[in-house]
Amino acid sequence: MRHILSILIENEAGALSRVAGLFSARAYNIESLSVAPTEDPTLSRMTIVTSGSDDIIEQITKQLNKLIEVVKVIDLHEAEHIERELMLIKVRATGKDREEMKRMADIFRGRIIDVTEKTYTIELTGPGAKLDAFIQAVDRSVILETVRTGASGIGRGERILKI
Amino acid sequence: MELTGAEIVARCLAEEGVEYVFGYPGGAVLEIYDAIFKQDKFKHVLVRHEQAAVHAADAYSRSSDRIGVALVTSGPGATNAITGIATAHLDSIPMIVISGQVATPAIGLDAFQEVDMVGITRPCVKHNFLVKDVSELADTFKKAFYIATTGRPGPVVIDIPKDVTQKKTEFNYPTSVNMRSYTPINKGHPGQIKKAVQLIAEAKRPLIYVGGGAILSDAHQQVAELVRTLDFPCTNTLMGLGAYPGDDPKFIGMLGMHGTYEANLAMQYCDVLIAIGARFDDRVVSQPAHFLSSPKRIIHIDVDPSSIAKRVKVDVPIVGNCRDVLDEMLALLRSTPERADPEAVKTWWKQIDEWRAPNSLKYEQGSDIIKPQFVVETLHRLTNGDAIITSDVGQHQMFAAQYYKFKRPRQWINSGGLGTMGVGLPYAMGAKLANPELDVVCITGEASIQMNIQELSTAKQYHTPVKIVNLNNGYLGMVRQWQEMFYENRYAESYMDALPDFVKLAEAYGHVGMRISKPSDVEGALREALAMKDRLVFMDFLIDPKTNVFPMVGNGKGLNQMDLPPHMQDVRQTGTLKERDYGNLS
Repeated sequence: MRHILSILIENEAGALSRVAGLFSARAYNIESLSVAPTEDPTLSRMTIVTSGSDDIIEQITKQLNKLIEVVKVIDLHEAEHIERELMLIKVRATGKDREEMKRMADIFRGRIIDVTEKTYTIELTGPGAKLDAFIQAVDRSVILETVRTGASGIGRGERILKI
Repeated sequence: MELTGAEIVARCLAEEGVEYVFGYPGGAVLEIYDAIFKQDKFKHVLVRHEQAAVHAADAYSRSSDRIGVALVTSGPGATNAITGIATAHLDSIPMIVISGQVATPAIGLDAFQEVDMVGITRPCVKHNFLVKDVSELADTFKKAFYIATTGRPGPVVIDIPKDVTQKKTEFNYPTSVNMRSYTPINKGHPGQIKKAVQLIAEAKRPLIYVGGGAILSDAHQQVAELVRTLDFPCTNTLMGLGAYPGDDPKFIGMLGMHGTYEANLAMQYCDVLIAIGARFDDRVVSQPAHFLSSPKRIIHIDVDPSSIAKRVKVDVPIVGNCRDVLDEMLALLRSTPERADPEAVKTWWKQIDEWRAPNSLKYEQGSDIIKPQFVVETLHRLTNGDAIITSDVGQHQMFAAQYYKFKRPRQWINSGGLGTMGVGLPYAMGAKLANPELDVVCITGEASIQMNIQELSTAKQYHTPVKIVNLNNGYLGMVRQWQEMFYENRYAESYMDALPDFVKLAEAYGHVGMRISKPSDVEGALREALAMKDRLVFMDFLIDPKTNVFPMVGNGKGLNQMDLPPHMQDVRQTGTLKERDYGNLS
């Protein structure tokens, strides 16, 4: 089953490689990993999307906690949470496709952020499934390039990950 | 006053009370060696290969309440240290390894003798540091010692670029460590301890299973008191040997792949298991599913939460230092009248005694050829069970574990987790330097000893008069045993055709060498060697090449599916157990 782990980790050189190394050394899956400093520049917040049985997720959480630089780990799936991902997608926009791509972007509440005679670059945010749906909805042959950030997640309401 | 980085390294080690640094100099650590030369707080031991420096430091930690330190140069010095670091890591041994690194401006430029030490060691250390600024050096050392010795202990690497050792700064050694991201838990949860005590009172077929964690946390007295209070049988893992005295009747032997018949069957058929600082690894419980096919409830005490429910699900997990948790548990037991039904426990002991009766460690010592078991048993008798025993890896290691009845913790020094051949001699040196008043004997084989034989030279220079018992069967004995049992006697590359004359070799290094080929000479040779208190004696015992280690739980087998020694071929592995009471009896 898919899980989203949120991690607070010391913002130090090499911390990311410890997390990535842990996943490869113990043969855990990483679907996506995103990381950036928080409002406190000494701390980074990492979101890892992974999958596995409950036993494996429990081990992953414990092993992450064991890393000296990891301050806190929560599994967002244990309660209500919000997940968002950003995608930039460059598409061929010529002829009849040009109007069609504009309409698709509107339907998915995307924004066209770069325009050339032949291309649009569309910015889209949402849960991963929505971005997948957009890719499914447009003709594969017009997609020139996609880049996705991987999911970021946060608990709803008073559920706060902080030290 | 400002000190150079190198001087700060020396001062930090002195502040931590370090007695010995095991190492080997080279370009990147010349400043540090110069600083060591100019101080007299600690001594340096110059090994002949960096791997041995790390093993010796590791054994210094294992055999004492102090911490071993190794020092190596960058590049090949650092890579030679890796096996030693991984060995300590798998057995959770606290240790500090200082490696030199090329100067910071040269990092990443493929400089001479450059390797990414922090990168290479990341998967086999508890933590590591690259110190990029001399101002961070003292703090880093304080943190490194703290991390290595607290929680679940482990090796910590400090990688120091050469320019950092040359730059100057004020030296202030921190008095305390405060890390928001590292706060080991020592005290167990009182609610869980209470649940454990309740479960203990329900036991009919209890077992106490003690691993290396009990030794690392100095919980042996608490273990002994628990066994005494409850009258439960006790088994130790390979790493736990000595946590409970091996000569006590409540000790039912080591368990696992080469555990005793009674320990393995008790492990399989117990109904309440108290696991203390042990981790249910593959060499102990083999297949978790088979192990759990006989129903049981498990209490698991471990300082590392990730050790709990890693291979085997447990009923009462207790995260905490074994000693602290057992102290709490014993206090609660003293104020709780409920105990396990003594009649049931008596019946269980009767069953265990029945399993014990055929003596699964029995062997025949004839008059022609020396049996390895006989050498270890004789050594045990002659040293009164008091020596520190180090071993390498293989059959001799198992014979040492089975036949030397360890009385106390930190007396048995071996590579249990990584299974590193070549540790025995450097382990003996490290243990002897930490315990100069004790006899230290390295039980090894002709293959393992050759993996670090050059350390005979170090032992001469630093006068570490250890005794080497070389159980020489001409084969990689454990490999040969597996080939005999599972590969239809195809002995692929397990025989060494050209062995050195170990007697002459020992003499060439300035030691005493002996060759013993007759059973009747075993005791005399050991007596003579042990009497030479100030000499390293290398005893080359020519032993039976065909002896196998029994009992044995083969790959993928259950604990009640052992291969047994010849005199037990007809024994049923269930005793008088009834299927309906005990689950899977296959």
